[in-house]
Amino acid sequence: MTYLHNIGKYFIMIGEMFRKPTKWSVMRTLILKDIDDLIIGSLGIVAFISFFVGGVVTIQTALNISNPLIPKYLVGFATRQSVILEFAPTFISIIMAGKVGSFITSSIGTMRVTEQIDALEVMGINALNYLVFPKFIALMLYPFVISIAMFLGIIGGMAACVYGGFSTLEDYIVGVQTDFIPFHITYAFIKTFVFAFVLATIPSFYGYYMKGGALEVGKASTTSFVWTSVVIILLNYILTQLLLS
Amino acid sequence: MIEVKDLHKSFGDAHILKGISTSFEKGKTSLVIGQSGSGKTVFLKCLLGLFHPEEGTIAYDGKIYSELSVDEKRNLRAEMGMVFQGSALFDSMTILENVMFPLRMFTRQSKSEMEDRADFVLKRVNLEGAHHKMPSEASGGMQKRVAIARAIVNNPKYLFCDEPNSGLDPKTAIVIDNLIQEITDEYNITTIINSHDMNSVMEIGEKIVFLKDGLKAWEGSNATIFKTDNEAVTNFVYSSELFKKVRKMYLDEN
Repeated sequence: MTYLHNIGKYFIMIGEMFRKPTKWSVMRTLILKDIDDLIIGSLGIVAFISFFVGGVVTIQTALNISNPLIPKYLVGFATRQSVILEFAPTFISIIMAGKVGSFITSSIGTMRVTEQIDALEVMGINALNYLVFPKFIALMLYPFVISIAMFLGIIGGMAACVYGGFSTLEDYIVGVQTDFIPFHITYAFIKTFVFAFVLATIPSFYGYYMKGGALEVGKASTTSFVWTSVVIILLNYILTQLLLS
Repeated sequence: MIEVKDLHKSFGDAHILKGISTSFEKGKTSLVIGQSGSGKTVFLKCLLGLFHPEEGTIAYDGKIYSELSVDEKRNLRAEMGMVFQGSALFDSMTILENVMFPLRMFTRQSKSEMEDRADFVLKRVNLEGAHHKMPSEASGGMQKRVAIARAIVNNPKYLFCDEPNSGLDPKTAIVIDNLIQEITDEYNITTIINSHDMNSVMEIGEKIVFLKDGLKAWEGSNATIFKTDNEAVTNFVYSSELFKKVRKMYLDEN
């Protein structure tokens, strides 16, 4: 029953988030601040992880191809497919659930604990619109982060492939270009938009409705990470089934 | 004026407010007192619309809160100022930005007009020169004064204060009490203070409502509280030897 109650409450929160918008001049500042915190602030870690995981995918693929009949360019092909279809949109989103999700839950949760949200409500401000909506809009730029992850994942794979001596640069580039299906990019970005919505709203839900003190803020961040990851994994499965099968 | 009729509020099996009826007049400083757990904060949060009572009505100048639409409730809340027990200042904003916040949200004033108004209320609460400090850099008394400045900057009709003196030294507490009373008189607003500070009760309690176990056990003023023989009130108010002596002296003199 608690799960059903929370799911209902979550959807009510989403509806409330779009009601009675905050004054645009204030909202614009909040959106820009959230773009800085959530998007720009995540680029470094996303770039670092993407580059090296792209390299690891390439090395593992290359080491598992021992049959001489399999062409060398397959390493580039497999890296591209792995990075575009799964690694960049899904794996990065799980990492973002930890980084951005915890940040959102703990910042909103701390505002709840210190009665700052009560202060907003007493002033007649729609606290959900004020706090969650700018994060939702900021995370609509999340596909930009994922594009960088895709690009750097493939570049990381190329570096590992060439400098590790698994195949030539030409073979890798041929592999990256082989059998390219543009819809795979569309599929990846559809997933990215859905995950961006999840990343903005589930951590906000756990922060906004938390009760207790500092310890509970920590617990809410952990719970938020777990549920954001679970929902991302489930939606990943459903969207893949719907869009690719 | 705020009129409360037969207010009930429960959390699960715990019946916190058990039918409170009272009224708070415009231009007067009213205090809600009672022991910890008597339902003071729940009562105040019901008045603020943060908790929804199961039974009873709260009318603000004749408008019954539960009968208002969501937007009307928000508009009414924009006419309320609140000083929270922990000040509840926005910790990512400077003191000036905190005070300007309600103006930014609800008025179309230019930045310089907002700064002028914020400057005026900061001076009113004796906080000159602290504009660019962060709340974490301000003392407890300063934070309370910033919270009062933020609460009054938009000329509210109703001012609510939840234990404004908690954690303050006696001298600063008196400054805060006097400030609240002066502001109430000056702007003719309806002020309700939750407190268990007996100095506040004696100094500024133009109306006092005493809550006990979720019920209104007594109501009167700082003038009548000396004379009451209500056992619950005397046990609470005159629990310290000092206040017992003060009361005895008062009764002997009168």
